[in-house]
Parts: sequence; structure tokens; C-alpha cells
Amino acid sequence: MADYEIDDTVDITDVVCPVTFVKAKVALEELDDGQILAIRMNDGEPVQNVPRSIKEEGHQILKLNNNEDGTYTLIVKKVEDEA
Amino acid sequence: MGKTVDYATLKKGGFMRQKQKDNFSLRLQVVGGALTAENLKKIAEVAEKYGDGHVHLTSRQGVEIPFIKLQDIDEVKEELAKGGCKPGVCGPRVRTVTACQGNQICPSGNIDTYHIAQVLDQRYFGRELPHKFKFGVTGCQNNCLKAEENDVGIKGALNVKWIEDKCIGCGVCEKACRTEAISIKDGKVIVDYDKCNYCGRCAKACPTDAWDADSAYILSFGGTFGNTVSKGESPLPLITSEEQLFRVTDAAIQFFADYANAGERFKFTLDRVGRDKFYQVLEEAYNG
Repeated sequence: MADYEIDDTVDITDVVCPVTFVKAKVALEELDDGQILAIRMNDGEPVQNVPRSIKEEGHQILKLNNNEDGTYTLIVKKVEDEA
Repeated sequence: MGKTVDYATLKKGGFMRQKQKDNFSLRLQVVGGALTAENLKKIAEVAEKYGDGHVHLTSRQGVEIPFIKLQDIDEVKEELAKGGCKPGVCGPRVRTVTACQGNQICPSGNIDTYHIAQVLDQRYFGRELPHKFKFGVTGCQNNCLKAEENDVGIKGALNVKWIEDKCIGCGVCEKACRTEAISIKDGKVIVDYDKCNYCGRCAKACPTDAWDADSAYILSFGGTFGNTVSKGESPLPLITSEEQLFRVTDAAIQFFADYANAGERFKFTLDRVGRDKFYQVLEEAYNG
């Protein structure tokens, strides 16, 4: 497993779909290409759907950590659009 | 007019008799809910010139132009043909094949529904049978197109196999799975195929595409959603090729043609003749 250093963190456990993804997306927009964001999300719908949405946006997912408290933290590396 | 009106022939050609005397609602042939802009322009033109200026979208993705007058029927057909539109069908035969947008448009799609719908249409549309017969094609387990309400429903699936070399062990697939079929032990992804419903969410969520994920099909048979509401059943294992798919649909429609009484929907034929007998025929077609 590759090591990573987290540049920023966002907590989306206080919102529901689809705002979960929107909040994560906004946080990613604040970052530069290659920087790493940790996204804390609830079990259930968010953890089922948010990773896939992040992937479909073209970012690179590195790890999904189980926080053992009903939440998960997704580690994402920002990939800037080539266009 | 003095002539006897052959309603059966008109109905076969997509002209539905209205409450209003000598007025017909003309049903058009639509495959998978797709129409070109050219089709739509012609439909609009015909509705204004020969109808009352409105069209009806049917519950099965069809288009009907109401208030067509009996004496204009031939002219309307000619006019529509110029815009690439053909009349549809009603009555005891294979009806409009419906489809969602499938994997060419929708991120959730597992199969090319529109392609499958076109092949089904070319193969069976209008085929004379003891009663109406409906095909519906939905791209994935979200089932936007409600596959199981059709006589034969086709649902897109992904035949998933984990690729160890490409996996980074992130754990996303385990949580993306909605049937708890995936567990991760010592860095290895284990799929319990008894629990897997082939929805493909694991593969779609995987950040490194560490899955072989080929299009596959889950078929249901004997659905109805009219006077009787009954969900089609899916007795077969996963269908993994188009060739196999059409072998099975050929067998199903032939079974209906061979065994159904006039005016009997597929479900009732299966109830009467026995599902065991039908499933045996299906299995033979499945195995080729």
C-alpha cells in the first residue's frame, strides 16, 4: 500500500445524498492537482455511492478506512482535468 | 363511406379506434423509446395537419397521434413514411420493444439496451401470436424499465471477476456491494457468488478497474401488469453472451406460440402448462 500525506479533510457526515457528493466535490476543487483529501462519510448510502461518484469525476481513490464508529474515511488524490 | 371498416386490419396496422366515430389514434413503431429529430418533426406536422394538434406518449414508450380521420389513413401513412416513421401494432402479436438508455448513455448501464432492443425488434416485432407479447430491456438492477412486468424482461448485469494484480486493496468494493457478497481477507477480495446479484456496482466503483466485468443478462418470464399484476420469474442462471440470449428468447416465444390458447397471456400459459415444462425448454436453449 502506497503511503500518503493528507493535505485537507472534509466531513460529510452532517449532510445527506446528493449533498454528500457536492460537499466532497467542492472540497476537492479547493485543492491543487495531486493533493490528497480525506473525506469522512457515514456508513450506508454515502459509502456505497460517494466513492464511485468521485471515481467518475476522474479523481484517484487510494483507500477507504473503516473508522469503526459507523463512519468511513475515503482518501482521494485530486486529478485535475486535462482540458 | 358505405364501406365496411375492417377494424382488425386497422388495429394490426396501429390504428386504434377512438370513442369518436371514424376517428383513430395512430400508434407508431418506436424501438427502445428512441426517435430522431426528423421523426419528431414529421410527427408534429402530421398531428397538426391530420390530427387535432396533440400527440399521446403511451405507457410503453410509444407515440400515438389521435383524431386521424378514416378517409386520411393512407395519406397519413405515406406522409409519415417521408419522415422515417412507421405505424406500430396492437392486438395479438409482439408489441413495441421498450428499453432504457443503457450503457451508451447512462453511467449505471451494464448492457447496450438499445442495441438489444433493435435486435429483438428486427427478430420479433409484429410476429403473430395467440395474444400480445411484450419485451422490455433494462440496463441494470436499478430497473428503470421495469423488466419483470414484461412477458420477457431482459435486465443488464455484469459478470464480475476480481483481478488480483490490479487491486490496491482500498476496500471500496466491499462497501459498494449491496448484497454483502464481497469480503476482504488478507488483502484478497472474496466474492460469494451465491449472494452476488451481478449488479456490477463493485466493478463500477473500483478505482483501478480491478475487475473483469463483461456484459451479461438476467431474463424474466411471464410478467403482466394489466388486469392481472404478476412479476416475471427468473429461473435461469446468468446469460453471458448475446448468442445465448437470443437462443433463450427464441425458445420462450416459440413455447408461447406452441402452447398458448388464443387470448391467453404468457403467465397463464405457464400456469396452465406448468413452469417445469417451460424451464426444461429454457434450460436446453441456455445450454445450446
